[in-house]
Amino acid sequence: MATTSLYVGTAQSRVDGPAKVTGAAKYAAEYTAPDLAYGVVVSSAITKGRITAIDAAAAQAVPGVIKVLTHENRPRTAWLDYNYRDQVAPPGSPFRALGGPEIVYGGQPVALVVAESFELARYGASLVRVTYAEDVPNTDLEKNREAAYVPPKKRSGIKPPPDPRGDAEGALERAPVRVRQSYKQAMEHHNPMEPHASTVVWQGEGKLTVHDKIQGVNNTQAYICSVFNLKPEDVRVISPYIGGGFGSGLRPQYQLFLAVAAALDLKRSVRVVLTRDQMFTFGYRPETLQTVALGADAEGRLQALTHDAIAGTSTFEDYQETVVNWSGLLYHCPNVRLDYKLAKIDTYTPADMRAPGAVTGVYALEVAMDELAYATGVDPMTLRLRNYAERDEGEGKDFTSKALRACYEEGAARFGWERRSMAPRSMREGRELVGWGMATGVWEAYMMKSSASARLTPDGRLALACSTADLGTGTYTILTQIGADALGLPIERVTTRLGDTALPEAPLAGGSWTAASSGSAVQSACRSVAEQVFGFARRMDDSPLANADFAHVTFAGGEIRLGSDPSRKVSLADAIRAGGVEAVEATETVKPSMLNNLRYSAYTHSAVFVEVKVDEDLGVVRVTRVVSAVAAGRILNLKTARSQIMGGVVMGIGAALEEESMLDHTLGRIMNHNFGEYHVPVNADIHDIDVLFVEEHDDKVSPMGVKGLGEIGIVGAAAAVANAVFHATGKRVRELPITIDKLLG
Amino acid sequence: MNRFAYTRAGTVREAVQALAADPAAQLIAGGTNLVDLMKYNVARPGRLVDINRLPLDAIGEHEGGLRIGALVQNSTAAEDDAVKARYPLLASAILAGASPQLRNAATTGGNLLQRTRCYYFYDEGTPCNKREPGSGCPAITGVNRIHAILGASGACIATHPSDMCVALAALEAVVQVEGPDGARSIPLAEFHRLPGDAPERDTTLAHGEIVLSVDLPAEDFSRHYTYLKLRDRLSYAFALVSVAAALEMDGDTIRSARLALGGVAHKPWRNPEAEARLRGRTATPEAFREAADLILAEARPYAHNAFKIELARRAIVRGLGQAAAGTPQSQTDKRIA
Repeated sequence: MATTSLYVGTAQSRVDGPAKVTGAAKYAAEYTAPDLAYGVVVSSAITKGRITAIDAAAAQAVPGVIKVLTHENRPRTAWLDYNYRDQVAPPGSPFRALGGPEIVYGGQPVALVVAESFELARYGASLVRVTYAEDVPNTDLEKNREAAYVPPKKRSGIKPPPDPRGDAEGALERAPVRVRQSYKQAMEHHNPMEPHASTVVWQGEGKLTVHDKIQGVNNTQAYICSVFNLKPEDVRVISPYIGGGFGSGLRPQYQLFLAVAAALDLKRSVRVVLTRDQMFTFGYRPETLQTVALGADAEGRLQALTHDAIAGTSTFEDYQETVVNWSGLLYHCPNVRLDYKLAKIDTYTPADMRAPGAVTGVYALEVAMDELAYATGVDPMTLRLRNYAERDEGEGKDFTSKALRACYEEGAARFGWERRSMAPRSMREGRELVGWGMATGVWEAYMMKSSASARLTPDGRLALACSTADLGTGTYTILTQIGADALGLPIERVTTRLGDTALPEAPLAGGSWTAASSGSAVQSACRSVAEQVFGFARRMDDSPLANADFAHVTFAGGEIRLGSDPSRKVSLADAIRAGGVEAVEATETVKPSMLNNLRYSAYTHSAVFVEVKVDEDLGVVRVTRVVSAVAAGRILNLKTARSQIMGGVVMGIGAALEEESMLDHTLGRIMNHNFGEYHVPVNADIHDIDVLFVEEHDDKVSPMGVKGLGEIGIVGAAAAVANAVFHATGKRVRELPITIDKLLG
Repeated sequence: MNRFAYTRAGTVREAVQALAADPAAQLIAGGTNLVDLMKYNVARPGRLVDINRLPLDAIGEHEGGLRIGALVQNSTAAEDDAVKARYPLLASAILAGASPQLRNAATTGGNLLQRTRCYYFYDEGTPCNKREPGSGCPAITGVNRIHAILGASGACIATHPSDMCVALAALEAVVQVEGPDGARSIPLAEFHRLPGDAPERDTTLAHGEIVLSVDLPAEDFSRHYTYLKLRDRLSYAFALVSVAAALEMDGDTIRSARLALGGVAHKPWRNPEAEARLRGRTATPEAFREAADLILAEARPYAHNAFKIELARRAIVRGLGQAAAGTPQSQTDKRIA
């Protein structure tokens, strides 16, 4: 079968756009049920200690308050930690809401007030009086540096740092040029627009339909079944729309546990929605302390590299992400030693947040590379080209593809990099210092096992289905494009359903793997459908395709046409009718190629170029121009792909200049827990962002040659901003975010 | 959020009576701050007296200046032709704050009465003398990079968050109020108070009093003014430091100067001595720096906000420079003039 490419590779508007802008798209908190009750969470006022008493009498006395669930009266659930471990849980003992009187982090849920209306529940929640025996919290990562440890149990899917290669310390000692600096990345929260919410619809006889803010309904289903000892056939999870996740919706969060517990206890439907403040009471990007040392010859050729990181985690789980490995991967260097440790603090467990680990580690590496550029006097981009890694030297593998060189060259050309003057403070416009900085980005190109189904009916309509989630990334649209092209149908005739455990199972939507995984599954299912329809067409009486081979036909315009003679054709409708079936259906499962995984390393790459203008006296930074050049294999949809990269760049600007969850270490509490005081970029902060995709053909990474785009846009962006700020001002700020106070001195 | 009774006032008298009769009553107009505070359980009014239907939404001539009714929306005031022409400093300050949506709902009187953005004040899980008198002030030893450098007390280091009020302070506006004992006028400088040992009180307004209008005097500083706001992002953030500068110039010579600072104290901060020192001086950075040094001589930093002293110094110099040159800060072009 020759496939057409009418839609794949073009700019297509979101197929779910109309549903979203008209409000037809329903989110977890928007589902309702005739007997719906409303739960409001009471959050702990302390960070560490014990609940000594909960007085819920006043709340219970409010007419309309149904129940106040606490650790003293909540329904029994599974005993073992094992049962609480979801698909991406790190090693440890997962948090159990209302699990007991112990308080292990600030803002921990201590009660759920369930009432006949949201307002009554909220009022009831304000009346619950909790008394505590308070211990001194320990939340300052710096003070726990000495207690840092190598995590004894590794988190599944996260590669620990590779063994050292060469003799990094010795080579560093001997290197003509040395740079050694420490960098700090603030704690950040995901802050998706949609707060976490779960609506649990009681269907009677212990059966539940659950609408949850989750980046993969199967994870929610498995968690509920495991924790509450329910059967999968009794728990259906339907969450077709997610209002942004950034990783915060990978693990089932406590509002889900509370809503299910209340629904099972009361035998009625319950909805629990977290407040914006409560969005700061679970996972986050961990604060990380890093030191990078680079040794090079006088021309900047790397001879030695060490990268040490200490990241915060909770007292109950060893969250791990890939922070330092990138430093052994990105550049040619014979002597490398990498080290990654954790330190326990009294917070919730960190969570994967857009390009987890890479945002943190590549920031430090890429600022250190800029420092090396200035130590050697070599242009920052020339320095990177001079150290270009042709192979994955950490694992000793070739890349499936790596068009990073093209990213540097095309990005630099678009940006006008050659007009840059090297010296800091050498470019200005009036009172503003102008700075140009650049950095490299890298992220893994994963593919995961995924299933999908396709169903073609005689009216020429194709229905695709897969349990994956569209977090706003464009998944609905790219799957629809793939289906339309696979069967040669107008895109309007193709519909895609997602986010339902009744649909073929897909992995969690994370890691930028959805396009490669579920996209390939859709393509595979459509191919099966095409084969079946072609079989019917060939067996028709006097079929014009009677002797045709599947390899030689084209599906286009709702017809199967012979490639060599398009006038010999059969319409899909006729073929299906001739087959005597209502519809042609197929469900297929695709898996990554184990052989390719063993032989090759697969990564997306980018080069980010940033212009900042900094008011010399006042330290006000404006990011006036960004060029992000991305190598990500085949691009399915130029429009949604560009949006993904732009979104990543915006988030990177936020990380560079604004985002920081501020902990009061005396109280152990995050203090700026709302959108007024936790700053993310607003329109005024964002100017021109130019995205370009370089040509990168890859026949090994995934069946469609797709690498994924959800994360690469943010990686390197903060370093490029930081490097631009240095170029503008001559001030090297090594702590993110770079706020006014850090530039005034 | 607690339960509360609701009264809609048809006249000012009804509003005053309803308010005065119930110690737990609070007025509600735009509600942009109060409703948030109620959701956080920080404000727990027993009764809301809705004043949105009172006839206090006009802008008109008054004794050579302008009278802006308490219920005039922030967006209306900022876009009013007379305000823009005669008090561009006020229009600019209003536009520097919040977002268009909030400015559409927020009122002039409500803006005067908005409460601090201190993190601790908003978090009922922490002590706060302003929220619960006598419970303590964790900000003094906690996360305090946004807190006061001037006029703070051992009980409270919160700042007043308004932009509009900083301009009003420079313009020497007068607040007209009415209470159970009749009407009175409060100069803006006396409207907000320093925290002292009663940080729970933001203003000198007595319970039962309602703001009727803000009156702007004739002297408008429409030629030499600026509102310069510095914050942690380029829009939609509260001021780390802001400067309202208003000058009367005679060539290069400063005939009179008004300078109010926002984001640095529990009220818009003015220093008459520094303003007097500028009178008759040639408008030079040196003169501006002297004024700044004088104002900031009494500044006191905490662990994270020492930078605000230097930032304020530089902002004053820049702001006075903008005002003297007649090149006020644009609120749309974020490049600092």
